[in-house]
Amino acid sequence: MNTTIMLFLLQDGITNGAIYALLGLALVLVFAVTRVILIPQGEFVTFGALSYAMLATGQVPGTAKLAMAMGVVAFGLDLFEARRSLRPRRVARAVALNIALPAAIMALTYGLAGPKTPIAVNIALSLLIVAAIGLFLYRIAFQPIAHTSVLVLLIASVGCHLALQGLGLVFFGAEGLRGPALSNTALTIGPLRFTGQSLAVYGLTVAFIVALWLFFGFTLMGKALRATAVNRLGARLVGIRTTLSGQIAFLLASIIGAISGILIVPITTLYYDTGFLIGLKGFIAAIIGGLVSYPLTAVAALLVGSVEAFSSFYASNFKEVIVFTLILPVLVLRSLAAPAVEEEKD
Amino acid sequence: MSALLSVSDAHVSYGKVEAVRSVSLEVADDEIVTIIGANGAGKTTLLNAIMGVLPLKGATAFAGTDMTPLDIEDRVAAGLCLVPEHRELFGTMNVEDNLQLGAFRIPKATAARSFERVYTLFPRLKERRKQLAGTLSGGEQQMLAMGRALMGAPKLLMLDEPSLGLAPIIVADIFRTIGELRAAGVSVLLVEQNAQAALKIADRAYVMELGEFILSGSAKDIASNQRVAASYLGFQHEGASGI
Repeated sequence: MNTTIMLFLLQDGITNGAIYALLGLALVLVFAVTRVILIPQGEFVTFGALSYAMLATGQVPGTAKLAMAMGVVAFGLDLFEARRSLRPRRVARAVALNIALPAAIMALTYGLAGPKTPIAVNIALSLLIVAAIGLFLYRIAFQPIAHTSVLVLLIASVGCHLALQGLGLVFFGAEGLRGPALSNTALTIGPLRFTGQSLAVYGLTVAFIVALWLFFGFTLMGKALRATAVNRLGARLVGIRTTLSGQIAFLLASIIGAISGILIVPITTLYYDTGFLIGLKGFIAAIIGGLVSYPLTAVAALLVGSVEAFSSFYASNFKEVIVFTLILPVLVLRSLAAPAVEEEKD
Repeated sequence: MSALLSVSDAHVSYGKVEAVRSVSLEVADDEIVTIIGANGAGKTTLLNAIMGVLPLKGATAFAGTDMTPLDIEDRVAAGLCLVPEHRELFGTMNVEDNLQLGAFRIPKATAARSFERVYTLFPRLKERRKQLAGTLSGGEQQMLAMGRALMGAPKLLMLDEPSLGLAPIIVADIFRTIGELRAAGVSVLLVEQNAQAALKIADRAYVMELGEFILSGSAKDIASNQRVAASYLGFQHEGASGI
């Protein structure tokens, strides 16, 4: 192998790795705050990517209606939960969040969608739609069972993944879609050609890592989220609503997922079920990071991306096998290093 | 006497086991009230139920409003705060962050004043403000737990066994601080096994046994009660009345 090929593979690996890093960070974030292993992360990727691709062709994606429907269900749940003390303020808040918000997003989507809509508007619309879906997904599927064990949450998570994937098939069909590139500029350094798209991938990944670091390290809300993860009861005793923390975690995760999707859909054709595999690679990075460490997850994601790039060059048939085998030595090492602990009840 | 906290006919159960039976209590403004009793009497259970951590059957009112429909978070916002037995600190975050989160529900300007107040009460916390909460000594953790609760400017502070597992000199320090809180306009509901220390600073006391209050009255009367003296203060003879 010559250096040029190696550089190409490395470049490819780092571009993919940056995407996996974003998804891995989102997984760590959600797990830390809610103890949910977010399998549907991949669906946020496909929903974001394919909504953007559909909007680019001037069509209104079905996800806008899904957000509305989920909002109605969430509203019903809110009302049911507050049935014993239906204070006007509480009801008004529930209406604003669960009905007015998705209705506004749907109205915007129908109003703005068209063949001549600028790319930036399409991106904003798809982000809004997927963010709303993420928010309501937590409200509907996870908030009612927030106190249960990690295993129960995982099973619910798998259920959400299957349901959303099925809906993805309904909304986007079995054929793959591609979206328009964010920019057509390119930059050549030596033998390597950096497209505007891949530069956007790097830039956004770094920006997100810095933003998450700032958010969790320096803002009160970020600290409150961390506190929820460290000690749930302690957090409630200082007045932090753990349900709000969970909603924010899911909101961030869905936005990160959708951004990842929008970043890759101009590079590769995405199908309704592609997200799952991409999400799993982010998951491997998160596992290598022990589901707690953001920097370790980011580094691991770059490793996963590079291993994938090199194995697709040498043994493309075994590409996925090699990548997923990465997880085995990590799990063995981790289970040897840490004694088995019973899950704490809270 | 207007009651800040009033609980009437409270029952708390774990499944079929009733841990607290038909308990009524009141705490007035600027009052220190203590609940003393042996291990397993139901004191911690009662505090947790008043806070909303455990479901309570019965009526609870705080500052004139019915608390039954409120979540823990709303009770905190109303000015009720619990320092739990296990302290429940944010161990992997530093002292300053722990305190800052204590002021989660109050405006930023007020929080700055709370910081001043807590650091004056516990100068040790100021020295350790960049240290992780989990690495503090037991006494410092108790101070931090109390400091974090005070950051939210509560009207009533409920303390669950603040002396548990601490050296006597630190216990004295903590109790002195509890006494100072009254001057700052904070009422205290104190649950203690260390009856002697608790009765010394309290205005009124309840004695709890097997989930029920068997005695109540001014701290002085309780301290001189023969039965209490024999069971909780370690005096065997009539001389107990001389405290």
